[in-house]
Amino acid sequence: MDRRRWCGSVLGLGFVLLGVGCERAPDDAGPILIGHFASMTGSEATWGVSTDRGVRMAVDEANAEGGVRGRRLKVITYDNQGKQQESATAVTRLITQDKVVAVLGEVASSRSIAGGQVAQRFGVPMISPSSTNPKVTEIGDMISRVCFIDPFQGYACAKFARGEPLRAQKAATLYNRAQIYSTGLNETFREHFAKLGGTITTEQAYSDGDTDFSAQLTNIRGTAPDVIFVPGYYTEVINISVQARRLGITVPLLGGDGWDAEDLKNAGAALDGCFFCNHYSHEDPRPAVQEFVRKYKALEGGRVPDGMAATGYDAARLLIDAMRRAPSLSGKDLAAAIAATKDFPGVTGVITIDAQRNARKPAVILRLQGGKPSFVTSIDPPE
Amino acid sequence: MSAAAHRDGPPAVWAHAWRSGAPLLVAVGVGLLMHFAVQPAVGAFKARVLVDIGINVILAVSLTLVNGFTGQFSIGHAGFMALGGYAAGALSYYGSYQLFGAAAFNGGVLSWTASQGPFHGPWVGGGDLLFVAACLVGGLVAAGAGYLVGLPSLRLRGDYLAIVTLGFGEIVRVVLQSTQTQLSQAAEVAATPWPLLTLKLGGALGFIGLPFYTTLFWVYLAVALTLTVAIRLKRSSYGRAFLAIREDEVAAEALGVHTTRYKVRAFVLAAFLAGVAGALYAHLVGSINAGELGFQKSFEVVIMVVLGGMGSVSGSTLAAIVLTLLPELLRTVTGSVNTYLPPAYELPDLRMIIYSLALILMMILRPQGFFGLREIWDWRVRRRPRPA
Repeated sequence: MDRRRWCGSVLGLGFVLLGVGCERAPDDAGPILIGHFASMTGSEATWGVSTDRGVRMAVDEANAEGGVRGRRLKVITYDNQGKQQESATAVTRLITQDKVVAVLGEVASSRSIAGGQVAQRFGVPMISPSSTNPKVTEIGDMISRVCFIDPFQGYACAKFARGEPLRAQKAATLYNRAQIYSTGLNETFREHFAKLGGTITTEQAYSDGDTDFSAQLTNIRGTAPDVIFVPGYYTEVINISVQARRLGITVPLLGGDGWDAEDLKNAGAALDGCFFCNHYSHEDPRPAVQEFVRKYKALEGGRVPDGMAATGYDAARLLIDAMRRAPSLSGKDLAAAIAATKDFPGVTGVITIDAQRNARKPAVILRLQGGKPSFVTSIDPPE
Repeated sequence: MSAAAHRDGPPAVWAHAWRSGAPLLVAVGVGLLMHFAVQPAVGAFKARVLVDIGINVILAVSLTLVNGFTGQFSIGHAGFMALGGYAAGALSYYGSYQLFGAAAFNGGVLSWTASQGPFHGPWVGGGDLLFVAACLVGGLVAAGAGYLVGLPSLRLRGDYLAIVTLGFGEIVRVVLQSTQTQLSQAAEVAATPWPLLTLKLGGALGFIGLPFYTTLFWVYLAVALTLTVAIRLKRSSYGRAFLAIREDEVAAEALGVHTTRYKVRAFVLAAFLAGVAGALYAHLVGSINAGELGFQKSFEVVIMVVLGGMGSVSGSTLAAIVLTLLPELLRTVTGSVNTYLPPAYELPDLRMIIYSLALILMMILRPQGFFGLREIWDWRVRRRPRPA
């Protein structure tokens, strides 16, 4: 076939597909649609895929119980390649084309903000499963979340460092100055650690893409801290821990939910005996958690659910619960019902949505051994 | 053109005025048509995709001036986009605080996206003027950066420019990511002098809460102007000089073309247009994050130019359209396939795999891109010399 004609037909087919793909009229008697936008591809694909599994599991369970308001639920998941503009387009598509009643997403705060601004404009409620930056819910009354926020995480780490079993008197910090997540955690940790009677010996910083931390670690070694707070992502933590051990630093490292990844096992023994703060632990003995882990493993061929799967599951269940309570499924009523959530029994803790539409719930502290996290304790939010 | 203008005497002034002003009128007409006719007809989502397409068309066509016409290889286009977007965002965000007391929408009907609800307000609001000024400032800031980067580096040849522009893009990203937290209280903004405000651009989280002004009208106004500039440039003596440089730099110099000067001009113009695209992007998404506008974004634009044909305005336009539509069409692919599969056999997201495969296939089947150096209309008048 003539190449030019070939290209033409491919293009033509594309346009036809666009037409076919988009003309779907909303049906009041059909299923209730829930939108989910996530990084299903790209460098953070594990986050999107895990969250989506959790969301789908929750929706399937609700359907097995007979759905909501006599109607079945259906999730539409759109990939955003881990990009902001794509997130905004995906949410626009979910709301204006597919007519979803609510949106779930995202993990990264910058993408939750991009999607959330669209949802707020169209007056459709959105729940973020695991974006911890305070700015996300400041967008407006349509946006809420089921995870704690960064300031609380800093508090939880400081509280844990001061208490059993660490009883740290002196702490040093090593944070990424190019990352809002890391600088924010560093600030709140410093504040609360001092308030709880501890001393910060030194605060060292690095930047995105750094791989050699020996200068900062040498400075830290000179101040002889009892614990080192490293609020970075797992990619950096692996290098930091290995280099620290090489420099003869033996005190434990402590970090936030950015550590939550299987790759931590690449650090070998360097991270043994270190701790991090997370949304949930699959070893948490609470029956709700064990029930979730059992069901998830059965569905996903023995795979252990990570934190993202758990927050995705909670976000979807909280939304379904709000749908049952709301007087109607309009954006306003549903958002109000979500905001009124109180003592909701989630997998990641008992969730109460506060006035800023953030979740008030405990954080768990995990201890690493051979790259595997195990449950140590959970820390309740301050009164 | 000038020969004809001189021959005709006095009416030539009008002809000249018409020739200069017509594109603007046409561009406004296109914008109005898109805004008032197309937008209600296609619905909110397709309108949104059309806006995405428009912004990508501006980016691709502007890069064609450098990579296509002049034959240089710039891979830092997203850096100019980021600069333009942040500059425009800073002006509209902090400007809105100074003028209206809050960074909220203050525009007229032209800046209102119909799907948000009915609009009650003036045709043109104060916010529109601020937005247009922001777009121009965004373009100028990017153009200024383009001049600074281009002047030394365009004296170099070949791969050196690629390295310099790549480095430039990364520097822009890192600098913008290490700006300070943005202010979000009117009192704080009022108390801070302007020079300090330009340092408070949100840092690692990105610059958020920008007012939404970008609509089909503004985007397609900019698209029409960009296309006019590019097409006319290609036919002008400037364009001939650009193409001469691309074909053989030494020969062009021997013919009296000041190669560095022409390369810098192409580069600065391209940077300006990329800056405008960045400004439109920032006010479309309502936030801008330098982390997203790294070299990956630059390469997306380079791919559009290569796919369209190096030096073809209509080709890169078509490529921008195709490469924006394709991922959008594929967004639902995996979901639809997985509906028929048991959970254990569900496919990973195939979207980007199919997209990449399509790119590879197109490059194998048509290595010169859609149109090569030619334009889509050249096929109808093939081989016929243009009247002098």
